Amino acid sequence: MRQISLREALNESLRYNLQHDERVFCWGEDIGVLGGAFGVTAGLIDEFGPMRIIDTPLSEIAIVGAGIGAALGGLRPVVEIMYIDFTPGCMDMIVNQMAKIHYMFGGQSKVPMVLRIVTGAMGENAAQHSQSFYSFFVHVPGLIVATPSTPYDAKGLLNTSIASDNPVIFVEHKRTVNIKGEVPEEHYTIPFGKAEVKREGTDITLVATQALMHDALSVAEDLQKEHVSIEVIDPRTLKPLDKETIFQSVEKTGRLIVADEGWIHCGMASEISALVAEEMITYLDGPIIRVGTPDSPCPFSPPLEKAYIPGEKEIREAIKKLI
Amino acid sequence: MNNEMRVDMLRGMMRIRAFEEKIQELYLAGYIPGSMHLSTGQEAVPVGCCMCLREDDYLMSSHRGHGHVLAKGGEYKYMMAELYGKRTGYSSGKGGSMHFAHVAIGVLGTNGIVGGGIPIAAGVGFAAKYLKSDRVVACFFGDGAAETGAFHEGLNFAAVLEVPVVYIIENNQYAISVPRKLSDRLEDLSVRAVAYGMPGETIDGNDVVAVYEAAKRGVERARSGGGPVLIECKTYRWHGHHAGEPRDGLVYRTQEEMDSWKEKCPIRRLKAQLLDEGVVTETDIDAMQRGFQQELEEATQFANESPYPDESDLLRDVYIAEE
Repeated sequence: MRQISLREALNESLRYNLQHDERVFCWGEDIGVLGGAFGVTAGLIDEFGPMRIIDTPLSEIAIVGAGIGAALGGLRPVVEIMYIDFTPGCMDMIVNQMAKIHYMFGGQSKVPMVLRIVTGAMGENAAQHSQSFYSFFVHVPGLIVATPSTPYDAKGLLNTSIASDNPVIFVEHKRTVNIKGEVPEEHYTIPFGKAEVKREGTDITLVATQALMHDALSVAEDLQKEHVSIEVIDPRTLKPLDKETIFQSVEKTGRLIVADEGWIHCGMASEISALVAEEMITYLDGPIIRVGTPDSPCPFSPPLEKAYIPGEKEIREAIKKLI
Repeated sequence: MNNEMRVDMLRGMMRIRAFEEKIQELYLAGYIPGSMHLSTGQEAVPVGCCMCLREDDYLMSSHRGHGHVLAKGGEYKYMMAELYGKRTGYSSGKGGSMHFAHVAIGVLGTNGIVGGGIPIAAGVGFAAKYLKSDRVVACFFGDGAAETGAFHEGLNFAAVLEVPVVYIIENNQYAISVPRKLSDRLEDLSVRAVAYGMPGETIDGNDVVAVYEAAKRGVERARSGGGPVLIECKTYRWHGHHAGEPRDGLVYRTQEEMDSWKEKCPIRRLKAQLLDEGVVTETDIDAMQRGFQQELEEATQFANESPYPDESDLLRDVYIAEE
C-alpha cells in the first residue's frame, strides 16, 4: 500500500469532505495561501476557493465562537487554532459554549464542529508554543477528544469527526505530522472510543498516545531482544476512552505504564492510571508508572527542552522499574 | 407607523412586563429555584426589534433574556415550566432562566456568559449567508458585554465576513453594580462600530417606535447583504441585577435616579400616547392586562403540574449518539 505522511492524510480527509459535503468549510489563522502553520490545508484554497477556505483575523474567541454559530446555523465547520497554547484565550467558547449548547438547551441544537489544534514540544519553541494540555478538554463533558498517532488513524478519525454531530477537539502532534504510514486511498472512518493494540505483548501494558506511541513501539522492539514482551495500546480517542481494551491487556500482563505528553499532574496518564487502579487493582502485580512532562513550563534552552520532553529514555526507565 | 402596529407594540411590552412581575412574585415566594435576571423597564428593546424580524430569523440573547424570547414568540407556559425546572420547559428543565432556547422560532439560546453570544451570532450569520438564505440574526446583550473581548473580536469578525447580524446593546446603565462611567470613557457605545467598519447608532431605548425604526434600518441592511450593524438602546433596569437583590440595587444607585427612569417607562409612554389619540381606551388596556393575567395563571398551573425531569435524564444529551 502507498505510504503518505500524517499531514497528507489529514489533507486528503479535508479534501474528501469538502468535495462531498457542501456544508463543510474551514477557517483559521493562515490556513489559506500559506496552507496552515504545519501545511495541513496546503492547496485547499486553490481547489475550494476563499468562501470555503477562510483566513481569519487573529481572534481566537471569534474563530471558535463563530465556528460554533456556523454549526448551529447548519454548517459543518472545521476550525483550526494554530497551537493548543492559544486555546486558553478562547476557553469560554470551548468550555461554556461548544461543549454545553446541546445539553444546556435540552438537546434541541447541535454543534457539529471540529476544532483542530496542534500540540507537543519540539524544536525549541519554549513555554508558550510547546504544550500538550488536551486533558483540559477531556475534563469537560460534551467534547470528543481525538488524538491520532498514525497517518491511517488521522485520516479515519478526521473523517469520523467531520461526520459527527458532536463537537470534536482534534489534536495533532507536531512530532507526528511528517511520520509516514500506509493509508488507503479510499474513504474510511474509525469509530470514536476504539483503542488499537499497536503491538501485542505479554509482560507489560504500555498505553501511549501520539508521539509517545511511536517511542513506545521503538522501545518495545528493542526490548524484545532482551525477551521483554510489551503490549502497546493507542487509545486513539481520549474521550470517549476505550477502557475495555486497556483492562483486557492489564488482565493479561498485570503491569501498566501510561505514556502521554501532557503534564503528569491531573493529566491523561493520571486518569487512565486511576481507572485501572479503581477497577483492575486485583490484576496488578506492581505499581502503575506514568510517563509525561514534569511539573514545569517547557524551557527554551535545547538541553533543558530535551530534559523536558518525554521519549524513549523515560519509557525505558519506567519499564526498568517494573522488571 | 400605523395604529395597529403601535397597539401591537403596547401589547408586546405589557406581555413581557406581566411575565416579569409574575415570576418575580413567584420567585420571592420560593416557587422558582435558582436565580434569574429581570428585564422590567427594558421592554421596548425586545419588542421594537423583534417586530422587524421574520419568524425564521434568528435571535440570540443574554442572561437577561426573558423579554427577547417572549418578543420572538416564546410562550408563557413553556417559559414558566423551564423556570420551575420542569421537563416540559423550553430546555427540558436543563437550562433555567439563563438558558432558554426554542429553535423552532429561531431562538438559538440565551447565554449565561456575558458577551458569549456575540461571536456565535457572527457564525450563525455566516451560515445564513453561506447557505444563500436571507435570514437575519438579532443578537442582544447588555452594556457590560460591550467591554468583553468577545464583543471586540465578534463584531470585527462579523464585519470582515459581512454577515447579516444586527447587534443590539441594551444599555441599562449598570454591569451588576458598576456604572457606565467606571467601565469606559464613552458617552455612546455605538461609536465603537466605527472601529469595526460598520454603521452604529444610539437611540432612546425606552421609545419603542424609535427602537423599531432603528432596528428596521439594521435588519433591512443586513437582509439585503449590507453586513452587520450596531445599535445601542439606552434604557434602565428597574430591579436589581438579579431577582431578590436587596432594595433593587440601591447600594450602588440612588432613588432619584431610579424614579427619574421610571418616569420614562416605555409602556406608560406609549399607553399615554395611544389613549391621548383615542387609539385605545382604558377598557381595552384592562382587557389586555386581564388576558395576560389569565394566561399567566394557566402557565403557572402548567408549570406546577408538569413533572420534573427523571433522574435518568441527568446524562441524556451530553453527547449525540454516533451513527
